[in-house]
Amino acid sequence: MAAESYKVETHQYDVVVVGAGGAGLRATMGLAAKGLSAACVTKVFPTRSHTVAAQGGVAAALGNMGEDDWRYHFYDTVKGGDWLGDQDAVEYMCREAIPAVIELEHFGVPFSRTKDGKIYQRPFGGMTTRYGEGVAQRTCAAADRTGHAILHTLYTQALKHDARFFVEYFATDLVKDPRSGRITGVLAIDLNEGTLHYFQGHAVVLATGGYGRAYFSCTSAHTCTGDGGGMALRAGLALQDLEFVQFHPTGIYGSGCLITEGSRGEGGFLTNSKGERFMERYAPNAKDLASRDVVSRAITMEIREGRGVGEHADHVYLNLAHLGADVLHERLPGISETARIFAGVDVTKEPIPVLPTVHYNMGGIPTNYHGEVVQKVGDDPDVVVPGLFAIGEAACVSVHGANRLGSNSLLDLVVFGRAVANRCAELVKPDTPHHDLPKDALDPALTRLDKLRHANGGTPTAELRLKMQKTMQADAAVFRTAETLKEGCRKIDEVYSGFGDIHVSDRSLIWNSDLMETFELSNLLAQAVGTMHSAEQRPESRGAHAREDFPDRDDVHWMKHTLVTVDDQGQCSFAYRAVHSNTMTDEVATVPPKKRVY
Amino acid sequence: MAEFTLPQMSKVQKGKHFPAKPGAKKVRTFRVYRWDPDVGGNPHADTYEVDVGGCAMVLDVLLKIKNEIDPTLTLRRSCREGVCGSCAMNIDGENTLACIKGLDDLPEGDVGIYPLPHMPVVKDLVPDLTHFYAQYTSIKPWLQTESSPGTRERLQSPEDRKKLDGLYECILCACCTTACPSYWWNPDRFLGPAVLLQAYRWIVDSRDEATGERLDDLDDPFKLYRCHTIMNCTNTCPKGLNPAKAIAEIKQLLVNRTV
Repeated sequence: MAAESYKVETHQYDVVVVGAGGAGLRATMGLAAKGLSAACVTKVFPTRSHTVAAQGGVAAALGNMGEDDWRYHFYDTVKGGDWLGDQDAVEYMCREAIPAVIELEHFGVPFSRTKDGKIYQRPFGGMTTRYGEGVAQRTCAAADRTGHAILHTLYTQALKHDARFFVEYFATDLVKDPRSGRITGVLAIDLNEGTLHYFQGHAVVLATGGYGRAYFSCTSAHTCTGDGGGMALRAGLALQDLEFVQFHPTGIYGSGCLITEGSRGEGGFLTNSKGERFMERYAPNAKDLASRDVVSRAITMEIREGRGVGEHADHVYLNLAHLGADVLHERLPGISETARIFAGVDVTKEPIPVLPTVHYNMGGIPTNYHGEVVQKVGDDPDVVVPGLFAIGEAACVSVHGANRLGSNSLLDLVVFGRAVANRCAELVKPDTPHHDLPKDALDPALTRLDKLRHANGGTPTAELRLKMQKTMQADAAVFRTAETLKEGCRKIDEVYSGFGDIHVSDRSLIWNSDLMETFELSNLLAQAVGTMHSAEQRPESRGAHAREDFPDRDDVHWMKHTLVTVDDQGQCSFAYRAVHSNTMTDEVATVPPKKRVY
Repeated sequence: MAEFTLPQMSKVQKGKHFPAKPGAKKVRTFRVYRWDPDVGGNPHADTYEVDVGGCAMVLDVLLKIKNEIDPTLTLRRSCREGVCGSCAMNIDGENTLACIKGLDDLPEGDVGIYPLPHMPVVKDLVPDLTHFYAQYTSIKPWLQTESSPGTRERLQSPEDRKKLDGLYECILCACCTTACPSYWWNPDRFLGPAVLLQAYRWIVDSRDEATGERLDDLDDPFKLYRCHTIMNCTNTCPKGLNPAKAIAEIKQLLVNRTV
């Protein structure tokens, strides 16, 4: 068999982290600081990870710019998630936000400052004081480059603690001990040397990010291919809430590059072809600072009703010029540059053409608030998968529910990255010896690698990827109906089966990006199928999942998480788990579901 | 004496030619550096005639080549919006990011696309940056403090924070460092502009308490003083930063403390 011809080097660590974005780095540095040996396996150099593109900030109720309380943040997050978030996890995140952000400052993150030298905080969508009464200034910012500032800082903290990085190693599959079924590590290709490596750990942490590239137009980087989610599905695990895909209201028309919500936080507003500030009609109180799903739907409605701008009346304008050159230069320099380069717009004079653009996956690998992966076994929905963790956009804790609030993502990364490091320190004793793996344990991963490397069908990877992206864009969009979803399921299943005919041109093992993109495509495809089918299964509108044929939320039947598995034939199976409506402590009261208005 | 011709093994030979597809309208010609480690030998430049309709940036063209003409073409890319630093390469003689280099900004005629200069090549447009990253680590690019910060943030005035502007935005793309002739001659010992810019970023951070040690460490004929103010770094930085100025500031601080 072909698998036998590959030589694989084994590396043993207490913990193996896959991915070096904000979550992976926070976990890695935390593990190293706690005296555990940690290997961070990453397909890109850490500062190239997509966290670098986060702009607006990280939410924490520091109260530097006015009244605030983490309980308000908790309330906003539950409401923002349209009551699909697990309230115990939301409580954990919002309470821990304060020490987690202070810690980032102590690590050296170059936050912008208030006059008295504290961390600068700006308003953001859905972030309020006193349970919806006022506008909170909660989002801690380093100009509009907060993700960059945090990612670079966390990388240097990991260096400080001497963590071990394996850079440009592409992880292809989880490895299981066939005797116990326990996940023991990952197989990875060293792109630069073309060699194969098995990373064995007592714990494996998937911090691999979202799968935005399943869509044609997204703010996500080319590398956002949901590799951890793909690996988990192949290992037979269920993913959660995939139907909830966030469209960011303001991607640049054409290129899809992100323009931060912070631009509206600083006072920017949207207008249609009549020059009307249309958000006033859709969200009379919060207006342009309603949560993202609300704003994206509003823009889509405006365009549909013929009030879009431009030659094809197919986008709207984001107005910033009234903020003045000084504010734009000090608070929003990054998006000013991006708008100039990608839209040819001088933001001090002209509006930016924008369109709702795929931005974030609320769904992912289900975990509890320790970051431990959980699965439903029998009637127990929260059975921990021993040795497997997931964090960041790859995970679904679920803190974001059906719609994430802006600036809760960077928060999610650092809070749960930290939680995983703490949990591993409790569970794993440094230098615990590893069990030898049976010889054939790597065979499934190696066989798959060999098969794809020599794939000689008739469909180039790029061609099939484009079909997938167009299908997702058309049929799993801002608004959905039974009809579009049924059509979407048929089409995406067809694309999935097309993978059997894939063709890889590059046969090398050294920096074979053709092969890597094919691995990535298989990860994207499984999640695309899971997304479309999960959406078809849910006959209600909740957060980012808006069904025109079912415009209301159905708490009686559907206040529950979707769990989907996708087998190797692309067949989906569904199960459901109840939302945790209980909080973690009695420091904050559960927010009972009510009508969600902004 | 420095050699002014390339060593035999590095001479770029003529490669394959991929003519425009029939019916292509807006055709431009790109000469792209190719080197396959499995084959070895000299690198060659393949010529691609590409219909650039729908392409705004050079990265769009490279991905069009990879997706539609030649899937073996190898390059790094990620964010496609100029913030991750992956697609740094030499385009039409200038180090820059392919994702924000507009086709309209290129002069008429064929466009040459090469990896960042004077770095070992792994494959095609992918240079080996291991040494560059190791140099970055060598300056201890993290906040060093002795004092306890307490339970709240360390305070920093807006004026002190402003000193970090133009420094913290560096994306470590290595465009500047690989454009520096001094770095070409002494890459093993000269830290180069990107790493020195980062060194200054920590020196000038009002929260950092290791300024003296940082300056001691840089007070070295090679690490710092191989900078001869050639300014290629500042001219080429795709983010508009000014590493040459940061280096000058470090030199100034070193002078100040001797007088």
